[in-house]
Amino acid sequence: MADEPRVDPKAEAYGRKESPSKAFSLKAVGASITQQYGIVLAFVILCAALSIASPYFLTTRNILNVLQQTSVNELLAIGMTFVILTGGIDLSVGSILGFGGVVAASFASSVNFGQASPAIVAMLMALLAGMVLGAVNGVLIAKWKVAPFVVTLGMLSIGRGITYIYTNGMPIPNIEKSFLFIGQGDIAGIPVPIFLFAGVFLLALLVLRRTRFGRYVYAVGGSERSARISGVNTRLVIFFVYVISGLLAALGGTIITARTTAGLPQAGVSYELDAIAAVVIGGTSLAGGQGTLLGTLIGALIIGVINDGLDLLHVSSYYQQVIKGVIIISAVLLDSLRKGKE
Amino acid sequence: MNEEMLLEARGISKYFPGVQALDGVDFRLTRGTIHALCGENGAGKSTLMNILIGFYRKDSGEILVRGKPVELSSPRQALHLRISIIEQELNFVPAMTVAENMFLGREPSRAMTFIDYRELNRLSGEYLSRLGVDIDPKTMMSRLSLAQVQLVEIAKALSRESAVLFMDEPTSALGEREVEQLFTVLRTLRREGTGIVYVSHKLDEIFSISDEVTVLRDGKQVGSKLTSELGRAELVKMMVGRTLEEKFIKDNTPGEEEMLTVQSYSKKAQFSDISLSVRRGEVLGIYGLVGAGRSEFLDALFGVTAADGGSVLVEGREVSINSPADAKRVGIAYVTEDRKSSGLVLTSSVKENITITALREISRGLFLSPRMEREVVQNLCDRLRIKTPSIRQTVKNLSGGNQQKVVLAKWLVSRPRILVLDEPTRGIDVGAKQEIYRLISDFAKEGLGIIVVSSEMPEILGICDRIVVFRRGRISGQLSAGEATQEQLMHLAS
Repeated sequence: MADEPRVDPKAEAYGRKESPSKAFSLKAVGASITQQYGIVLAFVILCAALSIASPYFLTTRNILNVLQQTSVNELLAIGMTFVILTGGIDLSVGSILGFGGVVAASFASSVNFGQASPAIVAMLMALLAGMVLGAVNGVLIAKWKVAPFVVTLGMLSIGRGITYIYTNGMPIPNIEKSFLFIGQGDIAGIPVPIFLFAGVFLLALLVLRRTRFGRYVYAVGGSERSARISGVNTRLVIFFVYVISGLLAALGGTIITARTTAGLPQAGVSYELDAIAAVVIGGTSLAGGQGTLLGTLIGALIIGVINDGLDLLHVSSYYQQVIKGVIIISAVLLDSLRKGKE
Repeated sequence: MNEEMLLEARGISKYFPGVQALDGVDFRLTRGTIHALCGENGAGKSTLMNILIGFYRKDSGEILVRGKPVELSSPRQALHLRISIIEQELNFVPAMTVAENMFLGREPSRAMTFIDYRELNRLSGEYLSRLGVDIDPKTMMSRLSLAQVQLVEIAKALSRESAVLFMDEPTSALGEREVEQLFTVLRTLRREGTGIVYVSHKLDEIFSISDEVTVLRDGKQVGSKLTSELGRAELVKMMVGRTLEEKFIKDNTPGEEEMLTVQSYSKKAQFSDISLSVRRGEVLGIYGLVGAGRSEFLDALFGVTAADGGSVLVEGREVSINSPADAKRVGIAYVTEDRKSSGLVLTSSVKENITITALREISRGLFLSPRMEREVVQNLCDRLRIKTPSIRQTVKNLSGGNQQKVVLAKWLVSRPRILVLDEPTRGIDVGAKQEIYRLISDFAKEGLGIIVVSSEMPEILGICDRIVVFRRGRISGQLSAGEATQEQLMHLAS
């Protein structure tokens, strides 16, 4: 685990005197370094290769561009990490993003309600909308025990449907200038979406690493039965990961509305796939219980850098899709090959 | 060459990163014998077995099958050489019939395409009756008990004309009567000339079923002897390398105050009218055959499932328990029967497993305190002598005994007043067992009320103050452990 280093510098101190266990732990240290940092290494090599291929790649402007482009996928992938760590999946994030985006737009423009609300209100309404849809997912999965794949597949359709109903299928125009700051503004030359995603990332890291809820997320994914028998309210934990995922999807929708200056009902279609890809490339196990946010961050960056690099190299977007698919499969293949060896 | 020698291994060595798992081990299996392979956890039993069934490759040494040297490279090849294994965790397809499972992948067919069901059922029935097993080949596997599944597995091995049969801890999930049935079948096989390698921890079984014993310790062969020439104490000594009297530790004295009182607890089709109590400092045993409703009762008591009726009092006050969280809140801790699926989160570390019941106590405000957590965990690892290279070690990598101690540690952190243990020493070695007995006795001395469920009669007689016997979901009797005998227990249980 990258944000939870398994490599304990004091491991030796806890170890008993027997040499086998000591040798074992040294070996384990080596293995866990490659396991944790293999993906980082791959990322660095990828960047090095692209910077040789295109001199423009390593410019500040391009780096900021990549970070801004990936920020929405990062947000979705952070929520998805929580969900997948519990052993679930959330296919509805693209649709919730769309709904959140148009809800934000409807409040940030005078078209729907006669007058525009302040940017912060528009944003909070969007987040609320995302949390409500996430909560519906959560109740069905945690309380009624319907398979996450089925529930969120249904919500993918429902969420998109209500987005079209809400907008009559038309974009919501005339967004207030103050709201556009969320997607287009910058602070000290750094675009606002980057700050948003960095803030969310750090907060999520803190929650996952240093709170009871974070521990329970891992425990539920590792063995729901053991967690329940240990006195963990597993239903509540499962419920909340879907709420978090819905919330972050709606935040992504808010950013996209502000960036495109309109509430587009078709925003976020098939975004769930990149989010899942980022989590999987980042080494999180689809079975739950194992994985890290740092992995997810790198996973999303790898996807972003590939898209950007291939654009710079004028590779057709058709090929880009093939390459992305190959990378997703390779990442997991390498992982299972390594496990096979053990 | 000697045709009587089914399987011979000479000087087998195997090295795993950091561990010499086997070091020059010899092993000989003669036709028509049952050869027990024993040793503590980590002694190399499973490594040797896995090499002899072609699952692992040896580093050096020789393997001879019926006198001919072979290089075993896969379990498939071993099967071809008529070597079969029945694993501890049975693999089968629940939605298929007994016959379909027995011949999975080699079904008799017509015109190379269609399965010949008549022939399939006839053959299966034939093998089952050869073993004296009364199971209809057309029954669904999902309807069989674990013991029956195991017998089907043996029939399957028989249908492969296996000359050598490995059995890994075959009785770990069986009740006494089922063990007897299994032994009858094994004796039948032995009479027919099969050689059986019987891997087990349980001394009683080794003495009642085996002809020869090979003992491993720390990857080395301590010795091979005829069972009839071996005493119990001697075998234990060979296994642990020191004279360890196989005895139970118990120096608690029960107090007066009732810690837990259960009144006419019932759950439809599982148990009914269960009333019992545990006093401060007392170890109460619950004995019964598999299927008597013991584990079901504990599950309901702890809120894992819901009881239909009855009441529970903790220290005289009635409590309502609807979930494990409720049970924990009123001071009950529950070490389940199956530590891998319901006791531990195998993918998490020792540390994370231990503190999961008490994260609030190691938090400052909203956040966990890594320092407090480390202290708590280190303290418990020392006290319970949990052997792990680091508290960050994934718990999956620990031995059975150490895993069980992690489960105990986890519940100690929650500061329980009542400790419920279901089969606390299942699948762990002699040394670790004694440590668990010592801990149970110590906890009782500290004033906890303890319930121990066990299928091992000597154990339950040795560590408990009182024993309640379950039979078909009801309490059939209560005995004081000091005066009870194995015969009395058996009589009440069956």
